[in-house]
This record gives sequence, structure tokens and C-alpha cells, in this order.
Amino acid sequence: MAGIITVDDILTKYKGRPDALIDILHEIQDVQGFLSDTSIIKVAEALDLPASKVYGVATFYSLFTVKPRGRNVIRICESAPCHVLGATAIINALEKELGIKMGETTGDGKFTLEYTSCIGVCGVAPAIMINEVVYGNLTPDKIPHILSEYR
Amino acid sequence: MVTLTIDGRKVQVEKGTTILDAAKRIGIDIPTLCYHPDLEARAVCRVCVVEIEGQKLLQPACAYPVSEGMVVRTNTQAVRQARRMAVELLLAKHPQDCLQCIRNQNCELQALAERLGIREVRFERRLRGLPEDHSTPSIVREPDKCILCRRCVETCQNVQGVGVLFPAGRGADTVVTPVFGNDLADVSCALCGQCILACPVGAISERDDTERVWEALADPSKHVVVQTAPAIRATIGEEMGMEPGTLVTGKLVAALRRLGFDKVMDTDFTADLTIIEEGNELLERIKEGGVLPMITSCSPGWIKFGEHYYPDLLPHISTCKSPQQMFGALVKTYYAQKAGIDPANIFSVSLMPCTAKKFEAERPEMRSSGYQDVDAVLTSRELGRMLREAGIRFDDLPEEEHDDPMGISTGAGAIFGATGGVMEAALRTVYEVATGSELGDLEFEQVRGLDGIKEAEVNLNGLTVRVAVAHGLGNAKKILEMLRAGKANYHFIEIMCCPGGCVGGGGQPIPSTMEIKGKRGRALYLADRNMPYRKSHENPAIKQIYAEFLEKPLGERSHQLLHTHYTSRSKY
Amino acid sequence: MEFYRSHVLVCGGTPCVLGGCKAVRDALIGEIHRQGLSREIKVVETGCLGPCDLGPVIVVYPEGTFYGPVKVEDVPLIVEEHLLKGRVVDRLIARERPAEKEIVKYEAPSYLGPQKRIVLRNCGLIDPESVEEYIGRDGYAALGRCLSQMKPGEVIDLVKRSGLVGRGGAAFPTGLKWEFTAKADADQKYILCNADEGEPGTFKDRLILEGDPHSIIEGMAIAGYAVGADKGFVYIRGEYVISIERMQKAIDQARRLGLLGENIFGSGFGFDIEIRKGAGAYVCGEETALIESIEGGRGEPRIKPPYPGTHGLWGKPTVVNNVETLANIPPIILNGPEWFRGFGTERCPGTKVFTLTGDINNKGLIEVPMGITLRQVIYEIGGGIPGGREFKMAQTGGTSGGCLPRELLDVPMDYFSLAEAGSALGSGALLIMDDSHCIVDIARCFMKFFRHESCGKCTPCREGTDRLYEIMDMVSSGRGRAQDIDLMTELAQVMQRASLCGLGQAAPVPVLTMLKYFRDEFEAHIADRTCPTGTCGL
Repeated sequence: MAGIITVDDILTKYKGRPDALIDILHEIQDVQGFLSDTSIIKVAEALDLPASKVYGVATFYSLFTVKPRGRNVIRICESAPCHVLGATAIINALEKELGIKMGETTGDGKFTLEYTSCIGVCGVAPAIMINEVVYGNLTPDKIPHILSEYR
Repeated sequence: MVTLTIDGRKVQVEKGTTILDAAKRIGIDIPTLCYHPDLEARAVCRVCVVEIEGQKLLQPACAYPVSEGMVVRTNTQAVRQARRMAVELLLAKHPQDCLQCIRNQNCELQALAERLGIREVRFERRLRGLPEDHSTPSIVREPDKCILCRRCVETCQNVQGVGVLFPAGRGADTVVTPVFGNDLADVSCALCGQCILACPVGAISERDDTERVWEALADPSKHVVVQTAPAIRATIGEEMGMEPGTLVTGKLVAALRRLGFDKVMDTDFTADLTIIEEGNELLERIKEGGVLPMITSCSPGWIKFGEHYYPDLLPHISTCKSPQQMFGALVKTYYAQKAGIDPANIFSVSLMPCTAKKFEAERPEMRSSGYQDVDAVLTSRELGRMLREAGIRFDDLPEEEHDDPMGISTGAGAIFGATGGVMEAALRTVYEVATGSELGDLEFEQVRGLDGIKEAEVNLNGLTVRVAVAHGLGNAKKILEMLRAGKANYHFIEIMCCPGGCVGGGGQPIPSTMEIKGKRGRALYLADRNMPYRKSHENPAIKQIYAEFLEKPLGERSHQLLHTHYTSRSKY
Repeated sequence: MEFYRSHVLVCGGTPCVLGGCKAVRDALIGEIHRQGLSREIKVVETGCLGPCDLGPVIVVYPEGTFYGPVKVEDVPLIVEEHLLKGRVVDRLIARERPAEKEIVKYEAPSYLGPQKRIVLRNCGLIDPESVEEYIGRDGYAALGRCLSQMKPGEVIDLVKRSGLVGRGGAAFPTGLKWEFTAKADADQKYILCNADEGEPGTFKDRLILEGDPHSIIEGMAIAGYAVGADKGFVYIRGEYVISIERMQKAIDQARRLGLLGENIFGSGFGFDIEIRKGAGAYVCGEETALIESIEGGRGEPRIKPPYPGTHGLWGKPTVVNNVETLANIPPIILNGPEWFRGFGTERCPGTKVFTLTGDINNKGLIEVPMGITLRQVIYEIGGGIPGGREFKMAQTGGTSGGCLPRELLDVPMDYFSLAEAGSALGSGALLIMDDSHCIVDIARCFMKFFRHESCGKCTPCREGTDRLYEIMDMVSSGRGRAQDIDLMTELAQVMQRASLCGLGQAAPVPVLTMLKYFRDEFEAHIADRTCPTGTCGL
């Protein structure tokens, strides 16, 4: 029976492997939901890298976040194929339904709205990704139902 | 050798030469912005782009290697258009408050805008609104002025091996910043100021203390004393428009008197004093089995770096204060006593090549006189500003002498400003003190020059003393890592924070390339050769201060005034 | 080996997963079991079958009957009628829109039309999680032939003669690329598979990875043998969760069978592969940025020269090949260069995988010979524009490609012809837009993407993408200035010529083509403050 994975467990696994920085950040974010200042410093220590570099890498990639987010992260594809098939209406519906703007988190900490790059499901555009689940062929009227699964 | 054609003219250069350097050979000066001769070319600004026959893309001259038969055009319509566009795009987000900027008239972006004839910026003016950083006594950051050339990043990361500054974010939101967007005071910055020398614009600069000095000079109740650091005599002329490497000791003294300083004395004097104290400390450590190797302590950037990154090695660092702080402690005790002035009324200014010295002066340990020992630290650039404001024409000044009792110095003190200088000065004294015989050849060539790490051996009556010299924290790190691993088999190590030593300090004139630093260093060795005394222990003023005040090296008073301790600080 | 009278293939590509294919698969297994057919009929989850907008889709073999979209409640009917009684359920047969032609046989020409499957040879036909099925279709035979019968130089020569050019977008001859690295003298070399498919509208690499992961492993191992590399990395976008899982499984299987690891086929040649996961940066599709990312840094491109072929990962000679390029390698080895040259055009032999998206009836994945025209793709394969609307433009090559108007519908789709038309074949994404769309609104969307994805390293791209977006935003909101068209044109040209990497060089391409072909629409927004299509709120 595996216990709860901690940042230290992850770092023990990768100690002294600065090339694994991105994998490490992925794993920490999976565990903690975001990359806290404390974990960034810990990573820097374990890999013997300047903390500024770890922070620079963490802020370069859009899948990483250094700020806490809602429990459910809704990523909306605003790439051209989704845009052409009505992504803007989906964004409006999500913003209206959750009462927040893109980039914000709901007051109860349940939802964060973010843009994402193309998620490669253009065959069923427009699409969104909630956590790791993708929803395609969306129309604004499907939004309340989809969100209800997460409320 | 490779032959290529640039703007219709054939040129032959070595393989591996860049187009930029090849063009220089035939008198074509391709404009650059992110390029710096001492740093690896990153080719990010795209100002130096040129056309290469057979290629659709324009290529950066600073990084593109020549090849046989290559045909290059450096001044076509497409090239001019691209260069101007790059500068126009940068200007559209730049504050353009050039008239009030600390780098006004010494700004590469400003010069480039002029050179390329930018008369209009067609994009919306939009500043990023990033907060300024005034958190340290040394360095001011104004990130809105940053043009993301990354020279500071390269310097901090790869030259100095510190890595406090790094790009964060992506695309148009990229900023160069300490971790988490923190202020410099909250990170493990050595405050060396090498980033200032690297910055082409006014995004990073020294904290300007000129106003405080003007106020003190204007205050009749203050007795304002100034000390001149060894390296300044080789660089202030340059700051005032003379050739790099012009030695101006006498004119500097004259200029400071004209600014209104009551006494102009010399840090070279306390450099000599440092040699006496430190030399004796070394001999004592060798004799009594103390912690070896001993490392020099004159460079406050190195000290702060050591406190953050090598706290385990602090016992290796000599307990001697830096010459600036020895001077500060003595000016408000020894000098005050001798001159009959209440130290409360002394305002002590130091003229330094260095931004870390500003931090050092404010350290809580540096109040041995009962007051802050050094009240204000001015860099070469700040003194230049005061001299220009006062209208002092440097080339017309007479040569004057430093004031007593801390004005007499030796050639050994003078070379403190160049890498290897402290070591050489120490060896001159340690040899004679330890062996009791006179040193034949004073010049220790092995520790001179701009090699990153230099080593030498000296025979002291049968004991072979092994020494090493490192300048630039990146080189220092190599020796410190050896030391940590137990592989640094030396007795004495000189570490200077800045590449080239103090002549390359973060407070020195801009531009400060290795080539220029070399010229400045040579000026100090010239000063040494022309001095009547060239060994610290022969300095009559030093003999006098021991006789009158300090009694003996490493004595009680020395410990109280001239020695200090270090604080372990966090690496992150 | 067990024998089944029928196989039911359930498409397990991501679009079908979204459509609920897993529930359909489970229902099929349950229903087949209930009917007592478990020993006769096997359900296989396979890679993408192509028509993503019809998902979830299933194919029943040996008949090749193509059903879609299939719902869970349809399953008992299909099992009872088709699998038990052998009667095709007409009502559920997948139909092409708009003609509603039936797709009776999956491999029948009706849907495939002019398609030719080389890269996708196994996608939809095999269980991607079964190395045995891959081997059953000549898998690893090419690697075996290389290791047992060919010298590395001969492999390179064969690939050179095939005329294969890189399918990631740059169209560099693959054999030549291998040769540079083969000639470089070094103690260590690497093969990188670029699976950082970030080009909006592109999902071919995802579906190849999901549908036929062993073809990538085989292609990489052959490349490794040819250039003298014993280590490979597959860099996959972090967003591609299923691709990463399938690829990892495939690597584990190959290692188990000795197809990866030391001394493969007893030849003395060893090769192994690791997966590296991206973290959301389009620019990492650029080969040097990808290398930076694998090394653990910010994915910022390096200056070239030196090229990765001689100075790549950790400074070592490195081949970086796209997923689709690598998938071409095994069939080229097995069938020979002349066979490969039998498809496509003289300058661009072979096929190209395209992804059809936007306002088009049949969205999805297709593979066609190089040189087919845009018109054929849209009307013969794609089924035309839905809703009776008119074609307005097609963007080829993804968001960094050009936008072609109706007048250019007959341009051949190959790297060179499209480049001559001011566009690019790029990754093979085809975004079709009908006449309801406003040019400025679409341009603004493109530029928003690049503004977000520029790495920020070089001035023209960092500032240029920001400014192009800003100007498009102003124009679309009625704040355009008279000089903006000229300013955008000049800026776009500078970005194209002076940016450090392909991202900045390609980002202005859509803008330049839109300004060229639809200038009047921009002018209307600026001069008259009106949107001719009435869609951008002016």
C-alpha cells in the first residue's frame, strides 16, 4: 500500500539529475496542485541549481503554475480550429456559469478557468479539458451539465 | 584561413571568426546591442543582422561564423529595415525618460536609436509597469527599462556563477528577475554589480549616493574625509574622458580637494596595513596549525558570496577587514585623535570601484569606532558625475599629494586593485618578514595577468608556500569546490569577486571589457614601479601608526579595529 | 494462437475516447459474452480510424463494416444482428456527410477516396497495445533486415534515394540529416523523436503514437543503427496523456522482446528509448528548443549553426525526426526507395497525413499522396463545406501556415508548391473556413496564439507577435489606424527574415497571406469601421 507521495520522495528519486527538472516539476504539481515557493527552493537544492533557474523553467511552461488554483482546472482551447467552430461562445458560457473571468478561480476554490494551446482534438472542436478529461463537440448549452459533474 | 566577401570587399580571416569581427577588420562597424565581447553571443536582439548570399533569412553577425566564399552584405534595404524595426519595437516599451536616466549619454540603446536614425515609434507606447527594486544599498533595478538582452543573466550565471538573475515567464511577459520576482535583498546576491557593467541601458545601476556626499560637503559642521581606493587612480581619468589605463593619482587628489573634501587620504595606506595584518595572520596560521589555506578578505562581494554559498569555508577567510573598513575604523579613532576632531563630526567617504562596498559599509560589524566607520561609498561613476557637475576639467588639474597621516603608501598597496595584486603585495612582505632577507625580484609574474586561476610557489627558508589567485566568482567557485573536496593544497588564496580584480569592479566606468580591464591593471603595475616604496612593511606611515597607535600586528587594538567576523547566510 | 471468426475494432483515438468509446467497448465485450460469442469474436481497441467527427466508430472484420457514431444502447443490436445473425445494421452504418454515402467497407475507396496509407498502415487495423499484432504485419522486419543485411551507410543511402523529406514542416531530406550525424565523430549520439505536436489543428502524431507506437520505435532504432546512436528520446507533449501511456507500454514490450536494449537480434547493435514529457510550450516543437527542454531548461531555441546534427543534445550529434517521418522508415526499408517514389511528386515523394478541421463535413485524419490538390482534399475527401455555405479560405500547415483563398484551390499540396503560394504544408493541418468568418477576427485569433507561444528570446518574435496581436485587436474593435496595414506588413516581413527560429519566422505568414488575399476586409474595418461579415462586433 503506497503512502502519500511527498515532494521529498520525488526529489530523492531524481537527486542530482538536473536534466529531469521538467519531470520533477510535473510530479510535484501532480501531488500538490501547483509549484509552491517552498517546493521550488527544495528542487533547486536537490539539483544544485540556482532557484532563479527553477523558477524560470516553472514559469516558462504553461502546464505549470506557481500559484494555487482551483480543485478543477478548466482549460479552454482558443486555437484557430476551436475558434472557428465557436470557442468564444463556450468561453462566455463558462464565464457566465462560474461567475469568473478567464484566468480566475471561483471563490469556493472549485474551478479555475485557463486558456490552453491546441490539445489536438480538433476533430471534435470546440474542446475543453477539465483536469485530464477532454470534452469535445461543445455547445454553450452543454456547459451547465458538464460542470454539474464537478460541483 | 577563410576568404569571404563583405560589402564587395574580400577579406581573409581565421576559421571560426564571426562576421562581426571579419567586418571590423575592413573597417565596417556593424551595430550591435545584445553582443558583449566578454560574453558568449546569444544573438537575441537581432540588431546585427546581415544578408548572406543564398539565404532567405538574415543572420546575426555577432554569432554567425564565416565560411569560404561567403558573400555578406551588411547595409541593404532589408538589413536596415530589420535593424530599425528591432530598435523601434524595443523603444515602444522603453520608458524613454532618457534625460533623467542614470545612463543618459552612456546608453547603448540611445546611441543605437541615434545611429539608426529612429525618428518615430509607430507602435503604441506601452510600459510593462514592473516594480523597481531599491532594496539593497548597492544595486537599483528598474525592470521597465530592461530590453531583455540577457547580458546580465549571462554574467550573473556563467561569469560569476551566482545565477541570481534569470528570465521568468514567456514571450512578451518575459522578465529578468530574481526568483519569485523577489528583490535583490531577499536573495543570495553578492552585490558585485557585474550586471550593471553588462547592462546596455539603465535597467540595473548603482545606488547613487552623490547627494548625501554633496550635503556633507555643504555642511560646515562636518569634517569630510575621503579615501581613494587603489583601482580608482587607474579609472577615474577614463570616466572623465581619458584613455583607459591613464594613471591620474595626483589629479584625482587635486580634483577631490576642489570638490571641497577637507582631507584626501589613501586607501592604499590601509592596503599596506592589510598586508601587515594579513601577512602576520598567515604566518601565525602556518606556525600554529591554524585553518589553511587562508583566503583574502578584501573583496566584499566575495565575502557576501562566501557567506551565502560556502558558509562551511568561512574559517578559511582572513579575519582582516578590507582596506576600506580599516581606513574607516582608523579615521574616526587614530586620525580623529591625532587631528583633535570629534569623530561625531567626521563624515567619512570612500571612493571605490565597487558596489558591494556600499553594502559592506552598512554592515553592523563595521562600527568599530562607535560610529558607522564609512559614511558614504562612491563609485568611480558617481565621482565622475560630481566632477562633471562641479565643472572640474580633469586634464587641466595639477598633480597633488595625498594628506597625512594616512596618505603615504607603497607600490604594494597600489597593485591591490588588480587581480593577483594582494597576493604579490603579501608575498613581498611575508618573504622578508619570514626569511629576514631582502627579496631580489619584487615582481611575481605568475600571479599577474588575466588568467582565471593563477598559481605560484615561494620558498620561505625551506618551507614551500603554495598560493593561488582567482578573480571572478566563477573562477573562485572552482577553487572553493576543490577546497571543499579537500583538493586545494594551498597555503594562501587570493579571491577577487570581479573579473580582473577591482579595476573591473561593478562601480567602474562603462564600458568595462576585459581588454579595458587589462589596460587599467597595467596602469597600476606602472604606478607600483614608480613608487619610492614598493613593500608594505617599508611604508613609514605604517611604521608610525604601529608605533603611535596600534602597537603591533594582530595586537589588541588591531583586533578591535582591524579584524572582523563573518555571518553564515542562506543560499536560497 | 487462438483463432477468432470476427474481430471488432473499436477506435481508441482521443476524439473517440471523448465520444465514449470505452463504454461502447465495455458494452460490446459484455454483450458478446452474454451471447456466448467470447470464443469466436475478439474486441480490439485500436488507433484512430480517421473520421473523428463520427466517433465513437467501430469496424467489424472480416467484412470491414464501418459503424458510427455508435452509442452504448446500439451495442445489443449490433451484436445480435451482425455478429450473431450476420446481418448488417444499415441504420448504424457510418455515413459521410453531406451526401450521406454509406461507408460500408472501411478499406473501400468510398471514404478513403484518393487516400494511400503508408504512415497509417497499421492505424485502426491492429491493437496498438499488442506488439504481436505489429509484428504480424511485418513489424520489426525492417529493423531486422537493416541489422542483419545492411551496413549503416547502406541504410542511409536507401533513405536518401527514397527522397523522404522531414514531415515536421521544414522538409529537410531525412537521409541527408542522418548522414551529417553519421559522419560526426563523437563518443555518444542521440535520436530524438519530435512528438511535441503543438501546431493547432494538428493531431496526426498523436494518433500515430496512439495507433501504431511500435512503428516509431522501429523507425528510431533504424535511425540509431544508421547514424551510430544507442540512445533515443521521444519528446511527447504533456497534454497527450494516452500517447504517453501507449508509447511507454510499447517501449516496455519492445524491451521485453529484445527489440530494444543491448545486442538487438544478436547483431551487437544496442538501442534504447526514454520518453520525455513536455509541459506546454509550442516552441518546443522547434528542434533546438526541444533539446533545451530535454536538458531540463526553458524551451528557448538555440542559434544555428551549429546544427543539432553535429551539436545537439548535451552537445552531442543528434538526429531530430518527426513522428510521421519515422513512421515512414520501416516501409521504405522493406519496399525500397523506388516503391516509395511511386507515390507523391518528383520533389516530394510519398504520402502526407493531413488533419481536416474547421468548417468541413468530414473532419479527421487522412493520408494522401503528396501533390493532391486542396480542392480534392476538401471536396472529394472532406465532403465539402457544411450548412450550404461557401468556402472562404483554407489555412494549410497549421496556425503558422498561410491562408489560401478560393482562387488557389487547385494548388498541389506538397512542400514546394505551397511555399511558392506563400504558404506552407507544415504539419499537415488543414483548417477550412466558410464565408461566415471575419478575416480580422481570425487573424486576431492566430496572433493571440503566437503572442502566447513566443518564447520571448529574440526581439522580432517577442515584440512582433505582441504588436501584431495588438494591432489586430485594435482593427477588430474599430480602433485601426490608416497606417496599420503597412506597419503590419513591414513588421511581418522583418519577423520572417530576422527572427531567431522557425516560430518567429512563420508566425507572420498567416497575416501576410491574409493581407495579400483579403486586404479589402482589413481596409473596411479600418476606413469604414465596419465588418463585412458582421461577426466581429463592429
